[in-house]
Amino acid sequence: MAPVYEPWDATRGAEIIAKHTQLEGATLVILHALQEAFGYVPEPAIPMIAHALNLSRAEVHGVFTFYHDFRHKPAGRHVLKLCRAEACQAAGGDALAARAEAKLGISMGNTSADQRVTLEPIYCLGLCATAPSAMLDGRVVGRLDETRIDALVAEAQR
Amino acid sequence: MSLRIFVPRDAGAVAVGADELALALGSAASERGVEIEIVRTGSRGLYWLEPLIEVATPQGRVAFGPATEADAKSILDAMISDGPHPLRLGITDEIPWLKRQTRLTFARCGVIDPRSVEDYRAHDGYKGLERALTLTSDAILADVTASGLRGRGGAGFPTGIKWKTVAQTSADQKYIVCNADEGDSGTFADRMIMEGDPFVVIEGMTIAGITVGATRGYIYIRSEYPHAVEAMNAAISAAKRSGYLGARIGGSAHSFDLEVRVGAGAYVCGEETSLLESLEGRRGIVRAKPPLPAHKGLFGKPTVINNVLSFAAIPFILAGGAKAYADFGMGRSRGTMPIQLAGNVKFGGLFEVAFGITLGELVDGVGGGTFTGRPVRAVQVGGPLGAYFPRALFDTPFDYEAFAARDGLIGHGGIVVFDDSVDMAKQARFAMEFCAIESCGKCTPCRIGSTRGVETIDKIRTGNRVPENIAVIEDLCNTMKFGSLCALGGFTPYPVMSALTHFREDFGPAPTRLQAAE
Repeated sequence: MAPVYEPWDATRGAEIIAKHTQLEGATLVILHALQEAFGYVPEPAIPMIAHALNLSRAEVHGVFTFYHDFRHKPAGRHVLKLCRAEACQAAGGDALAARAEAKLGISMGNTSADQRVTLEPIYCLGLCATAPSAMLDGRVVGRLDETRIDALVAEAQR
Repeated sequence: MSLRIFVPRDAGAVAVGADELALALGSAASERGVEIEIVRTGSRGLYWLEPLIEVATPQGRVAFGPATEADAKSILDAMISDGPHPLRLGITDEIPWLKRQTRLTFARCGVIDPRSVEDYRAHDGYKGLERALTLTSDAILADVTASGLRGRGGAGFPTGIKWKTVAQTSADQKYIVCNADEGDSGTFADRMIMEGDPFVVIEGMTIAGITVGATRGYIYIRSEYPHAVEAMNAAISAAKRSGYLGARIGGSAHSFDLEVRVGAGAYVCGEETSLLESLEGRRGIVRAKPPLPAHKGLFGKPTVINNVLSFAAIPFILAGGAKAYADFGMGRSRGTMPIQLAGNVKFGGLFEVAFGITLGELVDGVGGGTFTGRPVRAVQVGGPLGAYFPRALFDTPFDYEAFAARDGLIGHGGIVVFDDSVDMAKQARFAMEFCAIESCGKCTPCRIGSTRGVETIDKIRTGNRVPENIAVIEDLCNTMKFGSLCALGGFTPYPVMSALTHFREDFGPAPTRLQAAE
């Protein structure tokens, strides 16, 4: 199931921010909450967070850009993450990643032109004893082989 | 009579179909008009047999696996009739791979319902806390010190000393922080225990809190572990409802509250000072030490920061097991280590055993070699910052000092097995590339060195001035090892140099042979 996100709305954004401002060290919590609602962290939210937490805009921007998870723009309808770390490499993950790239016609870290699929590397899902592994929209899949990766890619393209 | 069936909810089992299997068992049971109760547990850690499901019998639990959705009906029939089945594995506790282990930390993982405080208590849970509540802080510290427990995150710092430092530092607020940013490839013990026995982590942190006088705790879990986040949150709520978290724990004068925080995909946040920065809502930039987190940690307050497995070892130790714990192990590595066998391995999973077992016993004996059936050529121990070991070093005992003596580290106890198709120059390049991607950027040896490392290994791999460039890599690794602020830049030389030292043939013509040809 592809996740469903709300379109950006400043009032709704402010509500989400206000819900977490009382927490100790709230910046990451707020960024996560915004991304969960909108699918990415919209640019106008950065000064809003800064204002709410009494931080500079640069500080919030710095946090936002430091972490791999936070998106500047919406991802494709489906996000397929392939584990590219050592345990999955040892189990043949490199060839499967290349296969997925070829099938989708995009390289790692990109979104297909029709906005259906974003293909991303992930460094370890902790499924190292059932490698190679992947995550499609939050669902974990292990023991990947050619058949399974093809099925995952096809599912992501739907 | 109702059948009690145990199906893991562990992410590793879910990834190979445990959820579908649970559903199929449910519908097969209603078709047959049989009453069943499905308990979603953690994993027993025998991942090549996942999904491994069990049924309660008068003789003990009987296991079946690896089971698929399609096997649900026939397995259920075999469970009902206590009859034979091709996937029947017998009494779970008698499976040799499990029986050979010494499960102190993982005793309950895969056994109990990870959302039930009652089930946890029924399996000796909260005995450590109950005893700790009757002891003075000094007496608890004496137990932790006597157990010989060292930080299971990888650094191996004595836990008793760390706690004592925080206990002796006075402040209006102190913190307990659990490092659950298990980023090392080949490791999954933190994930497993959080999903399979989360109360043991909560209990360990609570004991730490009452020992050092901290009333607040955080568990920083990486975002790649959504199942663990869910399991920990559910367990924290259950513990609060039962009076095991919050004000006046278990009727005592102590208060302790706990909150989960989720990382955002930065490997470096597994480094403790970077994790603290991240918890404070900042970029995960490493701090220079001193000051130690024990003096100035989270929000500048004295903080105990330990790995998940360190906290998870505490309840056993405090339940009167300090000496029993210390009696296991070798040298200065006391107790047990939950070792994780991963990658191209036949019998992959979690193997908790006393320190001292050799690498060869683990890889060949326990792991059974590769699942591709090809010879084992190299194993990487301790994650992306750990050294690659060749077969020639398989006599190395699993022990902090023995690994250090061979220019390696046990890290968080992950072993990734590679067969003979591995290109070690490529692995060395990946180590540098990973460091470049994940570097926090604060210190130059790590930030710049890793990028230059990738470029230089690329030159070597294309045969460009190989001996000269190998000399550059050696020099660069030396600079990174001694000049980096934290273990990311400081330990990246381990995989690179071990690949170069033990597998020189993968890096183009060896310099000696080149000289001979000239």
